[in-house]
Amino acid sequence: MAKRTIIPFGPQHPVLPEPVHLDLVIEDERVIEAIPQVGFIHRGLEKLVEKRDYQTFVNVTERICGICSFGHSLGYSQTIEILMDVEIPPRAEVLRVIWHELSRVHSHLLWLGLLADAFGFENLFMQCWRLRERVLDIFERTTGGRVILSACNVGGVNQDIANEDLRGIVHVLDGMRDEYGELLKTFLYDRSVKSRLSGVGYLSTQQARELCIVGPFARASALSEDIRCFGYGGYGYLSNFEPVTAEEGDGYARCKVRALEVVQSIDIIKELVDVIPDGELSVKVKGSPKAGSRAVSRLEQPRGECFYYAKGNGTRYLERFRIRTPTAQSIAGMVHTLQGCDLADVPLNILTIDPCISCTER
Amino acid sequence: MGSFHLTKMALRNLVSKPATRLYPLEPPVYTSMTKGHVVNDIDTCILCSICERKCPATALTVDKPNRTWTINPFSCVQCSTCVRICPTKSLRMEPDYTASAVSMQSLTMTKPSEEPSEEPQS
Repeated sequence: MAKRTIIPFGPQHPVLPEPVHLDLVIEDERVIEAIPQVGFIHRGLEKLVEKRDYQTFVNVTERICGICSFGHSLGYSQTIEILMDVEIPPRAEVLRVIWHELSRVHSHLLWLGLLADAFGFENLFMQCWRLRERVLDIFERTTGGRVILSACNVGGVNQDIANEDLRGIVHVLDGMRDEYGELLKTFLYDRSVKSRLSGVGYLSTQQARELCIVGPFARASALSEDIRCFGYGGYGYLSNFEPVTAEEGDGYARCKVRALEVVQSIDIIKELVDVIPDGELSVKVKGSPKAGSRAVSRLEQPRGECFYYAKGNGTRYLERFRIRTPTAQSIAGMVHTLQGCDLADVPLNILTIDPCISCTER
Repeated sequence: MGSFHLTKMALRNLVSKPATRLYPLEPPVYTSMTKGHVVNDIDTCILCSICERKCPATALTVDKPNRTWTINPFSCVQCSTCVRICPTKSLRMEPDYTASAVSMQSLTMTKPSEEPSEEPQS
């Protein structure tokens, strides 16, 4: 029997975009067990809710993470709106979804680029990030920020996008779609990509359900779970929504789901631009959340279902605000996929869950 | 299945112009919306302190007795909250970023005191 060795992996490692530590118990070249450890990037942002009033705190939530930035401000705002029983204008709802879907495009393109980089396809990595720049340019033109948008507030949105500009955005995305088609063909049908990803980090539907996996990671294991199906907010304006799923349950399936979701998000934006109603952008929210009032809301972030909880105490400062992020669930799946894999597949197994440690630790 | 799906795009990139800008050598391009830095028109400012209370980064200080408005540009997160809530629209967001500095200094603006009317009263 081979001798067991423990290899410390991370928190600083070339494959890790964010710090997470793993103790890999290996036997020869095979991982027997992976023990994760988080806590390297905790900033205490949930505690800060006691120091910033509920309207200012939206600026804090969007700084939780650079990639899910708009999603967190949207999740926080919709939780406070439920807490205070505020109904926001329909145009604001649709604009929020348009920015959120653009965030999904930019997040998935970033991840696809990182994946290409992880299996050594430098050209593909650069093409993905080149396309992502166009989404960031749209953000800058419409909100003034490229990563932190500050576009969402409690009660609506801060900026409008004129209807002509919305059509301009659709035109840019249509241009992107053609170029993205070439990248999609490479991700889905290239022999080298497929041979590197197929069979790596397999997770069955049953295991995904038991481990409560969410987002593209679950959808790649044929678990058709997507909060967007419930038609919350602006998603109610869509005529039809079907989550993208894959059957294989391995790294290739996760790549396929995310790659196809980019096209799906572009379609959603295009459909919403056609039906966006005119009207107000924001309603004035006055007063404070009542003492003892509680609210929860859910949101489909690029990495999966994100859960928000808020509790008021009668002042302008919330009693408690809590976020349960998709990566908190996915880490369990990641540990499961790492058991029994080759040491050389560890970086890919970590990357294919699309970990967002900043969100998880806040 | 197949290989070299990206060859066409790679060859096209050889003749197309660069996707990035050589930033220090070429000037950056800002949009009209870009959040660069906050500017205060001190003449119309009424030193009401609303911006100070609403700033999420506590980057602003308003001293009404001494008639000064101070911004710490190193704390400012360019969220535009102060610009939106300013009752006299004295604050505005300029699209260009501020130049690099060697020390973290605040910028203080003093509102000129209202001079008494010199016209003889009849």
